[in-house]
Amino acid sequence: MARYDRAITVFSPDGHLFQVEYALEAVRKGNAAVGVRGTDTIVLVVEKKSTPKLQDSRSVRKIVNLDDHIALACAGLKADARVLINRARIECQSYRLTVEDPVTVEYITRYIAGLQQKYTQSGGVRPFGLSTLIIGFDPHTGAPSLYQTDPSGTFSAWKANATGRNSNSIREFLEKNYKETSGQETVKLAIRALLEVVEGGGKNIEVAVMTKEHGLRQFEEAEIDSIVADIEAEKAAAEAAKKAPSTKDT
Amino acid sequence: MESVFGLVGKDFAIVAADTSAVHSILVHKTNEDKIMLLDSHKLMGASGETGDRAQFTEYIQKNVALYQFRNGIPLTTAAAANYTRGELATALRKNPYQVNIILAGYDKEIGPSIYYIDYIASCHKLDKAAFGYGSYFALAMMDRHYRRDMTIEEAIELVDKCIIEIRSRLVVAPPNFIIKIVDKDGAREYAWRQSIKDSPVPAA
Repeated sequence: MARYDRAITVFSPDGHLFQVEYALEAVRKGNAAVGVRGTDTIVLVVEKKSTPKLQDSRSVRKIVNLDDHIALACAGLKADARVLINRARIECQSYRLTVEDPVTVEYITRYIAGLQQKYTQSGGVRPFGLSTLIIGFDPHTGAPSLYQTDPSGTFSAWKANATGRNSNSIREFLEKNYKETSGQETVKLAIRALLEVVEGGGKNIEVAVMTKEHGLRQFEEAEIDSIVADIEAEKAAAEAAKKAPSTKDT
Repeated sequence: MESVFGLVGKDFAIVAADTSAVHSILVHKTNEDKIMLLDSHKLMGASGETGDRAQFTEYIQKNVALYQFRNGIPLTTAAAANYTRGELATALRKNPYQVNIILAGYDKEIGPSIYYIDYIASCHKLDKAAFGYGSYFALAMMDRHYRRDMTIEEAIELVDKCIIEIRSRLVVAPPNFIIKIVDKDGAREYAWRQSIKDSPVPAA
C-alpha cells in the first residue's frame, strides 16, 4: 500500500510540475482542434487523421455531446478523454437531478478542470493528457460560450481558440482574422483557421455546429467539402484581386 | 386512492393517471402531473408515496438520458423497463421505493408497448394494466371493452369509460385525470379530464 501514495506529480527545484508539462507535450502532439464563438452559433472543427481503410469512421467521433446544450472537442490522449467525458456526462445529469436545471457551460468547465487538477495533486496517478474545448449556450440567458481546459486544470473563456498540433499558428491566424460573426460566417472562419495547418476536405476534418434551437449538428462529408470549396474559391478570388492591376484608371 | 392505468392501441399506447396530491385527509392539489416523460418516446405513469414517486421517476429519467448521451442511441422500452425493475429490486430488501409504475413506450421496430412494474419489483409486459383502488374498476371495464388494435378514438372512449366508473363508484374518487399518449411522433400530453378546476385566488 505504501508504494501507491508516492505522488507522481511533484515540484521541480525551479517550481515546475514536469508531469503536467509533459502532459501538455502530449496535447501538442494530438490532432488540431479549433473552436470559434459567434453571436448565435458556436463551431468546433477537429482534424481527422487519415482513416485506415478498414476502419469504420463513424465509430471515431471527436466532437461529443455532454448534454443537449453542451459539446466538447479535445486534443491529446483519446483514452483519457473517454474517462473525462463520461464523468462530465454523469455530472450533467446529476446536476439536473439535484437542482432541476441544466448546467451552465462555466459550471461543467469548472468541473472538468477541477477533475484534471485533482490528478495533478494525488498519489499514484498521472495527469490527464488532454486539453478540451467546451462549447454551449447558457440555459437561462442564451449567451454562447467557448471555454478551454488543459492538463494543469486551468480554464478560461475564449472568443476563439485552438489546441493540439500547430495550435500556435492557428491562434495567430484567429487573432488576425477574428471578428464577431454569426451563422455560416462563423463556420467558415473556424474551417479557414484549421485549413491553415490541415489539408482540407470532408475526409480530414470533422465539423460540428451548435445553435440554441437545434443543439449540436455534425456535418456530413459532402457539406464540409462544399464549404471548403467555397473557402478555396474566396481565397483564389482574393489572390486574383490583389494581383490584377486596377482597371479604374485606364 | 390514486389510480394509474394504461393500454396499448393500434400504433400508440395511452397512460391515464389521476392528478390529486393527498396527505392524510387533506388534498394538497388537484393538478399534480404523475406521468413523467422519460424521453422522447417513453412515458412513466407512477403512483404511490409522493416523495418516493418524484425521487424515483426523476432518477430513472436522468439515467435514461445518460444512457443516450453515452451510447448515442436511446434505450428501448423493454430495456428501460428492465432497468427500472432492477433499481426497484436492488432497493427492495434495504430501502424500498413505494412506487407503482406503468411504463409506456414506442420503439420503431416493435411498435407500442406497456410494462406493469409494481413496488415489489415485478415486471410484466401487458396490453392493459392498472394500479390503485381504481384498478378494480378500470381493469373490469378494460376486460369488457378492450380489443387489439383499437384506434385512438376508441381507446379514449374506453379510457373515459374507466374514468367515469372510477368517479362514480370509488368512495374517495379523484376528481381530475390526465391522459398522455406515446406513438411514432413521440410522447405528449393528450388531454385532461377535470371535474374540479383549481379556482384562481381572488385579489385581496
